[in-house]
Amino acid sequence: MKTIEELEKIRVEKRAELDLRKNTNADTREKHILVCNGTGCTSSKSPKILENFKRIIKEKGIENVRVIKTGCFGLCAKGPIVIIRPDDTFYAMVKPEDCEEIINSHIIEGKVVERLLCKDIDGTKVTRLDDLTFYKKQKRIALKNCGVINPEEIDEYIAFDGYKALAKVLTEMSKDEVIDVIDKSGLRGRGGAGFPTGKKWKLTKDAKGDKKYVVCNADEGDPGAFMDRSILEGDPHAVLEAMEIAGYAIGAEKGYIYVRAEYPIAVHRLQIAIDEARDYGILGENIFGTGFNFDIEIRLGAGAFVCGEETALLESIEGRRGQPRVKPPYPATSGLWGCPTLINNVETYANIAQIILNGSEWYSSIGTETSKGTKVFALGGNVNNVGLVEVPMGTTLREIVFDIGGGIPNGREFKAAQTGGPSGGCIPKEHLDTPIDYESLKEIGSMMGSGGLIVMDDTKCMVCLAKFYLEFTVSESCGKCTPCRIGTKRMLEILEKLCSGEGTEYDIYRLEKLAVNIKKASICGLGQSAPNPVISTLKYFREEFRQHAIEKECKTMECKALAKIEIDPDKCKACGLCQRNCPVNAIEGEGRDIRHINQDKCIKCTTCIRSCPFHAIG
Amino acid sequence: MVNLKIDDKNVVVPEGTTILDAAKQAGIDIPTLCFLKDINEVGDCRMCIVEVEGRRGFATSCIQKVEEGMVVHTHTPNVLEARHTILDLIISNHSKDCLTCTRSGNCELQDLAIKFNVLDIDYKGERTEHKIDDKSPSIVRDFNKCILCRRCVATCKNVQNIGAIDCIERGFESCISTTYDHSLNDVNCTFCGQCIESCPTGALHEKENINDVWAKLKDPDTYVVVQTAPSVRVALGEEFGMEIGTNVTGRMVSALKALGFDKVFDTNTGADFTIMEEATEFVKRFKENDNLPMTTSCCPGWVRFAEMEYQENLAHLSSCKSPHQMFGAIIKTYYAEKNNIDPKKIYVVSVMPCIAKKYERQREEMKENGLWDVDAVITTRELARMIKQANIEFNKLEDETFDNPMGEATGAAAIFGVTGGVMEAALRTAYELITGEELKKLEFEDVRGAKGIKKASVKIGDKEIKVAVAHGLGNARKVMEDIKNGIADYSFVEVMACPGGCIMGGGQPIKNSKTRMTVDVAGKRAKAMYSIDERSVIRKSHENPIMKQIYKEYIGNPGEHKAHELLHTHYTPMEEYRI
Repeated sequence: MKTIEELEKIRVEKRAELDLRKNTNADTREKHILVCNGTGCTSSKSPKILENFKRIIKEKGIENVRVIKTGCFGLCAKGPIVIIRPDDTFYAMVKPEDCEEIINSHIIEGKVVERLLCKDIDGTKVTRLDDLTFYKKQKRIALKNCGVINPEEIDEYIAFDGYKALAKVLTEMSKDEVIDVIDKSGLRGRGGAGFPTGKKWKLTKDAKGDKKYVVCNADEGDPGAFMDRSILEGDPHAVLEAMEIAGYAIGAEKGYIYVRAEYPIAVHRLQIAIDEARDYGILGENIFGTGFNFDIEIRLGAGAFVCGEETALLESIEGRRGQPRVKPPYPATSGLWGCPTLINNVETYANIAQIILNGSEWYSSIGTETSKGTKVFALGGNVNNVGLVEVPMGTTLREIVFDIGGGIPNGREFKAAQTGGPSGGCIPKEHLDTPIDYESLKEIGSMMGSGGLIVMDDTKCMVCLAKFYLEFTVSESCGKCTPCRIGTKRMLEILEKLCSGEGTEYDIYRLEKLAVNIKKASICGLGQSAPNPVISTLKYFREEFRQHAIEKECKTMECKALAKIEIDPDKCKACGLCQRNCPVNAIEGEGRDIRHINQDKCIKCTTCIRSCPFHAIG
Repeated sequence: MVNLKIDDKNVVVPEGTTILDAAKQAGIDIPTLCFLKDINEVGDCRMCIVEVEGRRGFATSCIQKVEEGMVVHTHTPNVLEARHTILDLIISNHSKDCLTCTRSGNCELQDLAIKFNVLDIDYKGERTEHKIDDKSPSIVRDFNKCILCRRCVATCKNVQNIGAIDCIERGFESCISTTYDHSLNDVNCTFCGQCIESCPTGALHEKENINDVWAKLKDPDTYVVVQTAPSVRVALGEEFGMEIGTNVTGRMVSALKALGFDKVFDTNTGADFTIMEEATEFVKRFKENDNLPMTTSCCPGWVRFAEMEYQENLAHLSSCKSPHQMFGAIIKTYYAEKNNIDPKKIYVVSVMPCIAKKYERQREEMKENGLWDVDAVITTRELARMIKQANIEFNKLEDETFDNPMGEATGAAAIFGVTGGVMEAALRTAYELITGEELKKLEFEDVRGAKGIKKASVKIGDKEIKVAVAHGLGNARKVMEDIKNGIADYSFVEVMACPGGCIMGGGQPIKNSKTRMTVDVAGKRAKAMYSIDERSVIRKSHENPIMKQIYKEYIGNPGEHKAHELLHTHYTPMEEYRI
């Protein structure tokens, strides 16, 4: 296939066939059973669910029912997820053995399987996906096709306007017009730093060089972040299409997707997508007969975090040790093999086709003054609805955590949220109402980052949190420059000292001084942002650091060496349960005596706290 | 031209100049550590950071280029604090046994510590610990002193084109290592020692043999003979604070005598033998068109390189031993017989500008009647250390001359140590051997100079002989590729593993990065060598009287049976090192 007319024909036909996917009132007797086959649900046996549905339907000779493999639906905490269209029924935590019942009850008898419905935050069971609070406040642009189409079938992508933007660009728009639309849309890089995408495209287009490259950074490495993986797994063609558009705009004929080998499903689906696109002539030479050539290759990363840094990524593609280059020169002028290179992140690309099709005004009408469009977050930690959410820029942290995320489990208090992964910082309670965009997050000492959002309740120690991120940075530092290689290690050592009760106030001073210097003197973004978790926790939770250093106390008891477990005599009823459960016989007292803990014997295992029926121990 | 301001000084420099260079031109010093001009410009250590107005964070002055209107500040309180912190961090993971370190007094890290008044380390912590690699006869790696500047890696990879070492592991565990972390002895290291020359600290140094020599000097039953290579005399003075390129032959001989060597001979005499044999071999091979081009073989780093990487082309190498090996063989045979000394009691020490010579001397084929030609090799640096150990005031020594008869040498031998020198010496002799006429102009300018590969065409009689000179193994590889691909259009090639030749060998005094950036070290040392040649009475090897006498009395004709036995060797492909 090579012509736009043929593409349009597929679109019209396929779209009619798939109407029920988006239209709950579709006038059809057909049903589509969508089974999430993202990484999360796959690890909970969703491929088996898919297989079972197909087998049962075949065995029973049921007609008009299709079983579709899709990408991630987002509400990963409730996976494996099965959705039945067009009625939009949302089944959560489905097991392979539930398939029979779903077929018999839902498909054959038309009765919803109540026990598999998902509970909303208020405890009520919700039937339809759209009625779940989790989805209500979301706006899906980058994730538009995730959980809707089969990512392994190019026709399904085409049905939902796939490659229409590419056709438009190649036939109706000049390079400058394309860049102008992206520029005016206000789209900024979703990889973390938020550099204006249109500006980057223009810089690369204007850079001198016979050969140019387009690179997709799919080396998502922040702990807890899985936005890019989900896009690649759920809608790989969206990335390919955007890279082609970018290639046209900057004058490149070759693209590389640098994706980590730890994402086997994403890699597999990307390869299928590339092969399909090549088959259709959408990748390759003389695309749509316009004379535009573009091809894409996958490059697998070995899992080094630093390879997400654009210049280290380039080094890795070129076959060398993943280490950053000193900037400037920026990749836009000297990138892959010294040629001007455009590097954008997966999520950035996932917005491109939509912007081309709907216009820059549409896109810029979403979001805040300086941050347009939506942002995908991987919501994790101490929050009820762990999963993937896409919200308009400017949504407050409170809305994400308490409305979409469903609040903090076990009746605990919100303490802080961490954004931006090891490069970001934590946001305390007092900033819950900050509208999330690039600038406001920076102002309060954190950063957008790639979109990891980890919620912490009041049982979490902030010194430990800083230590956790430093551990990550220390093991992921490439070792090239001194401040990051040795400096982060020394920061970690100081944090370990504080957590073990050997810290002093001077250590806090040393820690801060080192943090500032590492930030300024490191070569790349990884080193320059490595101290951020320390700087921001120090900013909002300095008192906690002081308690560790001076009072030798960790109130959350996460730092075992500093935990002081005591029995409140007013609350103790002398039941003796704690005593019986204590593994080291550290609790003293007999009969009707109020019990007390012998601190010399206590190993801070917290068994007593959990066994006390009167909450007298803490 | 670009106009900028550095520390309130207006500076005008050409486009493409780095901030560091621009500052230097304005007389402003910016400290560096990992920087090695043209070789390692990576910005890893972060010592050279400066502030540029309007720019977030610091700029890396050793790489970043000047821009029009740029305003640079090289020592703001922020910059100074960051540099101090960086230095503190580097030292926190350094072994700090300066008192017992071979590089104490000539260590770029130590210099910075002094400059920055580092009296205590603020960020003490865990240190990475590594086993010392001292398996090879030539080189020792002590990575407890490594600061990961990667100057060695860049030198090995970019200059020598070998790539025996690179960075492994990540983050704090990063270290420089070899394939599968083997000893340098067991990988494709050629022992050129250029990494030692580029190391700012004591992480890389020669395998010291000073104590072996002291032990023999103490032993009254051992007849200890020392010979010194041509390049040593023009560099040794630097270790005693003298100008680069000072010829200290006389003082060196006095010092060696003062150290108690029984005889002080000149390897230059050996070099005349080498020319005699090599020129004879060349003339024969040229006439018979036998495995041309013929390459020289006096450089053991080059020989090891060829044995590892060009096994099929080893027949191109001359079969001549190197000068000090030839000379060692002659001392233990001719000289021993003539002076009635039991060769078993003779201990030959070679003072060399080279660490590969330490490896060469213990190659199995370097034996005569079960005795090593040479028993110990020490470098120029080691000799300087011995002189200091003996408390000899080098600068105050009176000149003395080499012992006779083996101290007589020609100007041709003197230039052996500089790139192109062996070729020039060989051509002087080959010309007269072939034509039987006297060569009028002795200087072959085309083979002199710093160019990596020099080619020349020499008319000898009715024949046009094309020659090439390559120095630095990166250039040697290019020449070997030509030979391998059958496109080498020359008949005779001189190869030296070290860029500049032996004067820049891995055993020579180490020059710090700043000196290498500002002074033409190779040029100055070379000049000193050429002036020795110019001032020599005899400037052609085949006219060396003592050599002629030894041929007549003992060896017979060059290239014949006895000569082959004593003065020639053979090569073995090192299959296991095949890359």
